[in-house]
Amino acid sequence: MNAPLPIPQLSGYLRADGRKGIRNIVVVAYMVECAHHVARQMVNAFPGQPVHLIGFTGCFPNDYADQVMRRLLTHPNVGAVLLVSLGCEGFNKYGLGTAVADSDRPVHTITIQENAGTRPSVKSGVEWIGWALEHLAQQPKVPMALGELVIATICGGSDSTSGITANPAVGVAFDTLIDAGCACIFEETGELVGCEYHMQRRAVTPILGQAIVDTVAKAARYYTIMGHGSFSPGNADGGLTTQEEKSLGAYAKSGSSPIVGILKPGDQPAGAGLYLLDVVPDGEPRFGFPNVSDNAEIVELISCGAHLTLFTTGRGSVVGSAISPVIKVCANPLTYSRMADDMDINAGKILGGEASLAEVGAEIVDAVLRVAAGEASCSEDLGHQEFVLTYKQFTPVGPGCFPLRAA
Amino acid sequence: MTIASTVLLMSPEDNCVIAPTALRAGTAVLIDGTPLLLNQDIAIGHKLARVALAVGDKVLRYGAIIGSVTQPIAAGEHIHTHNLASDYIPTYTLGQDGHHFLAKDSAP
Repeated sequence: MNAPLPIPQLSGYLRADGRKGIRNIVVVAYMVECAHHVARQMVNAFPGQPVHLIGFTGCFPNDYADQVMRRLLTHPNVGAVLLVSLGCEGFNKYGLGTAVADSDRPVHTITIQENAGTRPSVKSGVEWIGWALEHLAQQPKVPMALGELVIATICGGSDSTSGITANPAVGVAFDTLIDAGCACIFEETGELVGCEYHMQRRAVTPILGQAIVDTVAKAARYYTIMGHGSFSPGNADGGLTTQEEKSLGAYAKSGSSPIVGILKPGDQPAGAGLYLLDVVPDGEPRFGFPNVSDNAEIVELISCGAHLTLFTTGRGSVVGSAISPVIKVCANPLTYSRMADDMDINAGKILGGEASLAEVGAEIVDAVLRVAAGEASCSEDLGHQEFVLTYKQFTPVGPGCFPLRAA
Repeated sequence: MTIASTVLLMSPEDNCVIAPTALRAGTAVLIDGTPLLLNQDIAIGHKLARVALAVGDKVLRYGAIIGSVTQPIAAGEHIHTHNLASDYIPTYTLGQDGHHFLAKDSAP
């Protein structure tokens, strides 16, 4: 039984699609690595202001990257968009610009080759961002219900304490948030190898349960072909021995709510409940590892509409993210004592008997409410705005996967 | 005389226990009421055998299988990549020399 929530006083920025943002940022997106430096120079002119840099490095187009970029640039936390193109790359900047304009957001494209090179392009970009910030500053906030929040979770730099403290504490928080009407998303089927039959039993329909088993089998096969599981040397240093041991600990983040659907990157949850995000590409392995680093997964969670991400770590990750705040839940009390500035929550105190899982779960919910209300998380305050978007390929989820509501 | 350290049992059916804090070689841990002497330092979160385990036994944590035993393990002994392997995907680790190697090939 979860403790009743206090009535949160949330407010957000209303978007044309009805969703509300907890931040109102200007995103500067480079369309190819060749435009990265110019875009970064623009962003660097606004230190401490809500101007975030994202982009795609490759010159070749990719349907997945196009879809994820559209979802990111029309994410409720985004107020205005500046696209920075070199001019000859393959990314569909025209379609992207139209999609953002259709969402009623200010959008502008600067093409470096048509704008006399680096210096004039940076100057034009800085002028436009300055205008956009003034425009966004005038936008009023409107009341927002807790249930309008989409909350994601990820673990990174896991160790053996992750599955004992931070991950189950996030699971407690997820149960509370889902009861309050939130959509919550957990992920990385490659880190759920060994948990597939347990997850199957939590699915709201048999067809969804089978789809969960299939998606984990896909992940196990994909990683086996790649030659490495989703397991880093630091995981082993931290006392995790096998992929399935790491998986069981990671799985605890999902809490105990029924699983109502499977998402793929860019899919939006259809309502309250717990969703599994499948980040492993479909088809034969083609472009490399499914999750080159934690931020690639965080970006995919944000592409599914996540307003903020609960990030559990045992070894001590410091990352945040562009677009949506990251709240750090530290599993290991020794890590917390070394890296307290980077950590929002000390879940490691559970090991010493200083707090219960329920108490730390409640602390996490409280942190969600405060960050949703505008308070900066530790990684936000430190200026972390990491971003990774790679090449991938996906086929749409099957009819039984999405969307389904819990009974 | 030092008091034996307590350990964490994640689930009643588990055959491993967890060090809730860093443990020192030469000190004792209390496993199911029996004090056992540690012959090496054990880092926080690492696993110890709750009972003696034979090659091929499944190790259970959280009441679930986390892999198969590859070397005989005495009660109270450290369980890690030198004596436990995944039933799914091999574990790679990074040596001090910068060489990635399959964990089961590493020295205990």
